[in-house]
Amino acid sequence: MADSPSRIERPLSPHLSIYRPLFTMVMSIVHRITGGALYVGTAILVWWLLAAATSPGAYDLFSAVAGSWIGRLILLGYTWALIHHALGGVRHFIWDFIHGFGAKERVLLAKATLAGSVALTVIVWVIALALKG
Amino acid sequence: MSNPKTHHAPMRTPLGRVRGLGSARSGTDHFFLQRVTGAANFVLAVLFVGIVISIAGSSYEAARATLSNPLVAVVILLALLSVTTHMRIGMQVIIEDYVHDEGMKVLCIVANTFFTVAVGLAGAFAVLKISLGG
Repeated sequence: MADSPSRIERPLSPHLSIYRPLFTMVMSIVHRITGGALYVGTAILVWWLLAAATSPGAYDLFSAVAGSWIGRLILLGYTWALIHHALGGVRHFIWDFIHGFGAKERVLLAKATLAGSVALTVIVWVIALALKG
Repeated sequence: MSNPKTHHAPMRTPLGRVRGLGSARSGTDHFFLQRVTGAANFVLAVLFVGIVISIAGSSYEAARATLSNPLVAVVILLALLSVTTHMRIGMQVIIEDYVHDEGMKVLCIVANTFFTVAVGLAGAFAVLKISLGG
């Protein structure tokens, strides 16, 4: 069979390195990053379940790690990522029903997602710490 | 190759057909499953956060007592199913976007499937063992 001709170099459409970062664009990237972080976070939660299913020693080890300052920082980050990704998902649902595409609405939805994620994270942790210390 | 019943031009290019790419009539399934699991995740995550808060800081015995409650166990099992499915197809999209080497892409997608299924099944086993096995 004859050699196939070499691939034609076609022009690429403008990509991330071309555009000035926009708020909505950064929020879209953050949605993907939080999704990736939660992918790992689920494994941590399953470690917790497995520890509870294994032995008191295994559970104590998990509790010690989760209760340390770095453990709490990771759990705080997980909480924020979970809420941000959930609210980002709601934003996608709104778009799926062909709403919220206007210039002002897009920015408003992005701001609401960001502000909502921070506010709800604080609320969840205040409740958890008030109940459990 | 042409189907005698359909005389319209096929949407797939000959190259697309040879490579086995192009419409596999399953594009919407992926999108729709991501939305369905996303909606389920939203409800289940709210319940799950409540469960975690109620267990946080409690002893081994108290944690197991809560986890073995049938309502709690069922919520966690549903969450594991919905979340790991959402994780699998979500990470697959990320892999398809960034991994361009064909062999590496397939390897990553298979590893993604193994990981998400293993995480889901391990979590489900733990919940069932606590609930049923002691």
